[in-house]
Amino acid sequence: MIQVHNLVKSFGPTTALRGVNLSVPEGQFVTLVGPNGAGKTTLLRILATLSRPTQGTVKIGGHDLSQGAAEARRKIGLVSHQTLLYGDLSAEENLRFYGRMYDVADLDARITQVLEMVGLAHRRRDPVRTFSRGMQQRLAIARAVLHRPSLMLLDEPYTGLDQDAAARLEAVMSSVGTEGRTVVMTTHDLERGLAVADRVVILVKGRVAFEAQRSALDGPAFIAAYRQYTQ
Amino acid sequence: MKDTTGTILAVVSAVLVATALVLVFLWAPLEMTMKEVQRIFYFHVAVDWVGFLAFFVTLVSSILYLRTAARKWDIVALSSVEIGALFLTLGAMTGSLWARPVWNTWWTWDARLTTVAITWLVYLAYLMLRGAIDDPQRQARFSAVYGIVSFVTVPLTFASVFFLRTIHPALFAASTAAQGRMQFDTGLGSAKMGMTLTFCVIAFTVVYVTLLRMRIKLERTADRVARLQQELVG
Amino acid sequence: MTYLRKIAAIIAKDIAAELRTREMLSSMGVFSILVIIVFNFALELTERQIIETTVPGALWVTIIFAGMLGLNRSLAVELDKGCLDGLLLTPVDRSAIFFGKAFGNALFMLIVEVILVPLFVVFFNVPLVQPWVIVIVVLGTLGFAGVGTLLSSMAVNTRAREVMLPILLFPVAMPMLIAAVKATSGAMMGFPVSDWQQWLSLLIVFDVILITVSVMVFDYVVEE
Repeated sequence: MIQVHNLVKSFGPTTALRGVNLSVPEGQFVTLVGPNGAGKTTLLRILATLSRPTQGTVKIGGHDLSQGAAEARRKIGLVSHQTLLYGDLSAEENLRFYGRMYDVADLDARITQVLEMVGLAHRRRDPVRTFSRGMQQRLAIARAVLHRPSLMLLDEPYTGLDQDAAARLEAVMSSVGTEGRTVVMTTHDLERGLAVADRVVILVKGRVAFEAQRSALDGPAFIAAYRQYTQ
Repeated sequence: MKDTTGTILAVVSAVLVATALVLVFLWAPLEMTMKEVQRIFYFHVAVDWVGFLAFFVTLVSSILYLRTAARKWDIVALSSVEIGALFLTLGAMTGSLWARPVWNTWWTWDARLTTVAITWLVYLAYLMLRGAIDDPQRQARFSAVYGIVSFVTVPLTFASVFFLRTIHPALFAASTAAQGRMQFDTGLGSAKMGMTLTFCVIAFTVVYVTLLRMRIKLERTADRVARLQQELVG
Repeated sequence: MTYLRKIAAIIAKDIAAELRTREMLSSMGVFSILVIIVFNFALELTERQIIETTVPGALWVTIIFAGMLGLNRSLAVELDKGCLDGLLLTPVDRSAIFFGKAFGNALFMLIVEVILVPLFVVFFNVPLVQPWVIVIVVLGTLGFAGVGTLLSSMAVNTRAREVMLPILLFPVAMPMLIAAVKATSGAMMGFPVSDWQQWLSLLIVFDVILITVSVMVFDYVVEE
């Protein structure tokens, strides 16, 4: 699904990614962790086509991003720590707008479907700025899955959520995630990140420092590895 | 580190400018109406010409930057704007010095002057834009975009004000005394004026190239320092 | 959905959001009225002749300042909560995004002008509500909104947000301003089109060139 080869990203004299190689097969759930400044958000933005590599190639669903990202965009859904929602519009209006931009078929039915999936059907007519942070995050997920993307990118989705909201989010994500999607999620929450993943990757100073299948790792071992590589 | 080309250019510039001074004050013909004051015209036109040439250089390097994302074009664009702004300021000042005794006013909003003013404002806006952005890539990209968009409007500004009457002297007139045209006592006088002018334009273009090169080197050095800093820290 | 319908959808979204709060329109509208009043006292508009020569300029200055308020606000809305990123994530062509925002901005300016121009007629007793004047106002607004949308999408990403847009936009909009004022003056005084048609041509040329260039470079502004 994803093939990243020798990815380098520089911002002037600063290099955020120094040759990242990553291959993610379809249907895999990857949790990406690393200290602040490791390049997690930069990597995710490049995967989301919001940013272009300085060097290296990125392929998503077989589409080389440098050749025209429009087709790849149809397959990608992003949940970042900004909600990407218009506060003055209602939940329904937001979804309808994005649905139009993505050419979603049977839009009305699909809107109802995703709103029910995230448990916000009762608030569909309310302006988004009246939603709590947890509700906005859930609506953001609804927006991200609206067009049935095969790749989900989640950038620290638990930020700013209390325990209750985080548990809700997890429930939503698992119900949404079982549709055979590929997922790449960045997080600072090591335990949660490990629990939901098929595979974990530690990114340090713009490089992949460590990766392992979840089956080969347990909680304490992962935390130990994290400490080791982020010294 | 020796910089031979730079030194040669500097010497050549100095020689050319010195020669230009000699030509302008000693060889060029005396204009009949404005007399000695007219001599400043040679510097004024030369400097203004460079001011606009610099803009063209910025346009080309901006386009090249957007196509290649290579920092060197960004450096050229930036350097050209800075030096162009300097020349344009000199152009406006020499223009004012010329205008006051001849038209009895320091400034007027005719086609050319307005265009100069607008171009100067564009340069200023370009530099302010750069100053307000921290991310170097974005700074380069946005400046390049602005360099292209603003260049397009300069000829339009000229056209718009041109449709109004201009009291700016027309450049090449050997014979009739139309209002504001320059007159020389013989046909040879006009030819001498033409040659002096061309020489001055060339001289100041060389000065521009010299300064541009120096500014580019300066920026490249700053880049290297920044990179070294990054490597030491990270 | 076709290209045009995507543009329409973006405009519709902006209208829907604005209708909820009416913030942008009301601030543009109130500002315009204040500017008219200021002009009335700042310029000694006593004699008929002075009024006739000054009003076209005053009108366009008001339009431009009010327009900039709208431009700033319109792009700020997209940056808030990262909505512009949301748009860029979609497979929609970047040029469609540009046209959607630019026409939306032009539309908001036109709505304000619908109130503004009659106000000028009322306060200064000048015959502004004429077909040619309307044409000129529309053309000027389109060009201004077009290049304004491009420049405000840059300005809104800088440190000196609100101040940056006028600095960038004024020099660039100058030819359009000159042509619009001259053309409005000619049309308002009832002179035949042949008298002032070079201003109209200049305005059209400005619009075409600047909107084309803006669309072409918009990609570079929004891509990282």
